[in-house]
Amino acid sequence: MSELTTVPKAVGGPSNWLDERLGGANFLKRNLRKVFPDHWSFLLGEIALYSFIILLLTGTFLTFWFKPSMEHVLYDGSYAPLQGVGMSAAYASSLEISFDVRGGLLMRQMHHWAALLFIAGMMVHMLRVFFTGAYRKPREINWIIGILLLTLALAEGLTGYSLPDDLLSGAGARITQGVAISLPLVGTYVSFFLFGGEYPGTDLISRFYALHILLIPGILLALISAHLVLMWVQKHTQMPGKGRANTNVVGAPFYPAFMAKAGAYFLFTLAVVAGLSTFAQINPIWIYGPYTPADISAGSQPDWYMGFLEGSLRIMPAWEINMFGTAHAGTLPLSVIIPALLPLGLVMTGLALYPFLERWITGDHREHHMAERPRNNPHRTSIGMAGISFYGVLWLLGANDEISAFFHINLNWTTYAGRVLVFAAPVLAYIITYRICLGLQRSDAEVVSHGVESGVIKRLPHGEFIEIHTPPAEDIEAHVRGKEPVAMLPMAEDPSGIPHKGMRGPIGKLRARMSKAYGGEKIPLVDGHGHEEEERAAVGPGEEDHTLTR
Amino acid sequence: MTDNEHEIEQPDERVPKRVIGTPPPGTPMLGEAEARDAGDAGGETPGITLQDEKRASGAEKLVALCFLLAFLGGVAFLVSYVVFQVGSPEATGVSNLALGSSLTVAVLGLAVGIVVWVRQIMPKYALVQERHLMVSGEDDREVVADTFVEGANESGFVKRKMMRRTLLLAAAPLGLIPLILLRDLDNTKMKATSFNKLLRHTVWGEKTVEGQPRRLIVEGTGQPIRAADFNSPGGILSIVPEGYEHDLNVLAKATLILIKFRPEELKSGVNKNWTHDGIVAYSKICTHVGCPAALYEQTTHHILCPCHQSTFDAADGAKVIFGPAARPLPQLPITVDNEGFLVAAGDFPVPVGPSYWERGDAEAEARAKGGQA
Repeated sequence: MSELTTVPKAVGGPSNWLDERLGGANFLKRNLRKVFPDHWSFLLGEIALYSFIILLLTGTFLTFWFKPSMEHVLYDGSYAPLQGVGMSAAYASSLEISFDVRGGLLMRQMHHWAALLFIAGMMVHMLRVFFTGAYRKPREINWIIGILLLTLALAEGLTGYSLPDDLLSGAGARITQGVAISLPLVGTYVSFFLFGGEYPGTDLISRFYALHILLIPGILLALISAHLVLMWVQKHTQMPGKGRANTNVVGAPFYPAFMAKAGAYFLFTLAVVAGLSTFAQINPIWIYGPYTPADISAGSQPDWYMGFLEGSLRIMPAWEINMFGTAHAGTLPLSVIIPALLPLGLVMTGLALYPFLERWITGDHREHHMAERPRNNPHRTSIGMAGISFYGVLWLLGANDEISAFFHINLNWTTYAGRVLVFAAPVLAYIITYRICLGLQRSDAEVVSHGVESGVIKRLPHGEFIEIHTPPAEDIEAHVRGKEPVAMLPMAEDPSGIPHKGMRGPIGKLRARMSKAYGGEKIPLVDGHGHEEEERAAVGPGEEDHTLTR
Repeated sequence: MTDNEHEIEQPDERVPKRVIGTPPPGTPMLGEAEARDAGDAGGETPGITLQDEKRASGAEKLVALCFLLAFLGGVAFLVSYVVFQVGSPEATGVSNLALGSSLTVAVLGLAVGIVVWVRQIMPKYALVQERHLMVSGEDDREVVADTFVEGANESGFVKRKMMRRTLLLAAAPLGLIPLILLRDLDNTKMKATSFNKLLRHTVWGEKTVEGQPRRLIVEGTGQPIRAADFNSPGGILSIVPEGYEHDLNVLAKATLILIKFRPEELKSGVNKNWTHDGIVAYSKICTHVGCPAALYEQTTHHILCPCHQSTFDAADGAKVIFGPAARPLPQLPITVDNEGFLVAAGDFPVPVGPSYWERGDAEAEARAKGGQA
């Protein structure tokens, strides 16, 4: 076993060559040992990143054979059931990739699975950032970039879904057109420009292809790079814990540990995608047949990330307004416009504005580098859960035909239930989450002040049974004590009773009220007998201090 | 008794110190390395705790095993590529299985190996780096502000109004050019304001090249159908227009469903003048967002669109009884030609398919003209 004492020539030579031209040592000196904090939830975004890399690689492979053309051809490939059938060149080449190119089917399936994982990774990563408040100053720019990435990824998914031009993907294009043409004033223009004339035309696939393999991925690549550079410059947030503060980062160095871990994580993602593509079939386009606007198969389902739009289209009541009667203008197909634009707009706009609204309400202009535990900002967590329920109900309803068939429920009742749930579920989720957060805070306070139940029951001389409590482990206590009260606007009026500037007038008063509800410490961590051993009655009334609850 | 007491007084040894739901103490997240404290590990850098050499050399064997597996997986992939040909669904399935599983093993072996390497051979790290406010120093900001003002003045951009205004003027049309260039995205060579007029008509309103009314062709078979041959009540057919059996643009508007009823089943919503012997033709294109409303339930006469479950009552003019579609499926007037084949007697009275801004209340318009929508 020998260890290095100097840089080996094979590394030193090229490094020297590069340094003499770029001066990279200065950068590397500062960054090779850059510290990355460790927490399982910090890996979620990496799933999305690595899926994107897999998408670029498998996608490039697919372009070598795919023909983005709607030209009519007779299929003469090796899939017997479709031989002699008229279809678009796009569909025929997708079949060629599947059946006549070795590894083609694997790459096609990997591309599809990675796409699903890409968006899933982005979403859970976004939820992690939201629930831990990691979007707060100074990371608002990266948050906005993230929202843009998610929106673009949805568009990327939609355009890619339409390319194979099978019956199922055509149904997606048909719905896209139905939505586009419903837009007030510009609907027919948008539809005719997009499809090159009447639906379906012969241009859609080559246009979507250009968007799907060049424009959108180009923007995605640029934004992802910016996302990573900002993360690098601003350094990662960290969970509260022993030795950690807003002014430091504790963790493993980039070289060698983080680098190796990131590489392994990429390989894990690749292995999962490859494994899924081997053992779990996805999008068997040869079964669906070529697209024709005259046919559809029952149980047509979009990819999962479009499910919430599908669901909102499904539960919408049949509203349509003709503003000017029989005149050839003024038709508003609300049963399409509202579900297609409102939920998506609401969710995306809400997410994009959240950091700024929260800052306005809390008046918190400090930099935050510590991730907040979700329970410690109960209103944010509840709002997030309400959003998830809203999205979740729509998403489930996107598959209400499957739900109805599987559970033997009347299809129409699933829709009626959805119409109620889409409003009721977020309210319920809000209330329940809020109570859970306070409950968890209370149990944190309990741990800090009274210690942890030891499971050891002791009988006192007079016969009473008590359970012995022990102080929590140091690191856990530090984690719990990392809690900070949510910031609040200065509430105290000055002696003459005049409210602070910015809290006058109706909007100011609303702001003050919201700040009071949103901010502040709901359940303080009372310092009890922290580190001494503590004995408490195992059975008996809890010390519910009702002044602590709101 | 004494033993018992002894046990109780030293609960630290045997009782958990953690709360359910929190991570176990000593996970990297909470800095095990710190807890052990690098300071007392003599000669080590603070924050770096070296692995026990015995454990590390055990781990090395495991890592090597993983890498060997990965190597075998990689070789298996190369071999599979050569050995397994594609062509039929079965052969492709075998090739996919061989290539996919060997790739999975190759990649997974590497991944697991590296993770064991990081966790059991590399030291445990709890390095601390200082973090500084993102904001630049006050001095730097002032220098930048001064430089900006200085440069702006040197350039003359502020002082020379004429230059500034003409520059902005020059930029305005440049911004419009990319938008204008997209105008020819549609290939219709029509005025954009007339796009919507195309949506009002289908080929059912046109005679064939021979000047005959257009026959109803059964989708798939490509054959016209005689009214006499479509005689079992409850039957349904998917119909495409004669001469356009494979024209997707035409099919997107003109596809029909043809349903045979007993005369007594037809309700007032159906225009009976447009039926023939209990046979009714409706547009198959859903009035919601245009999916083919392809499902039919014979007993209830319900037409269901599988996309968003708009449900139409076929016995009553295909009026909407459930779902997001706001309008009935338009009915096509049909009759028979002198050979007994079903033909279109005219175009739909209203535009088919999804609604759009310029559609207006076409149903009311058709009624006002004396027809029935």
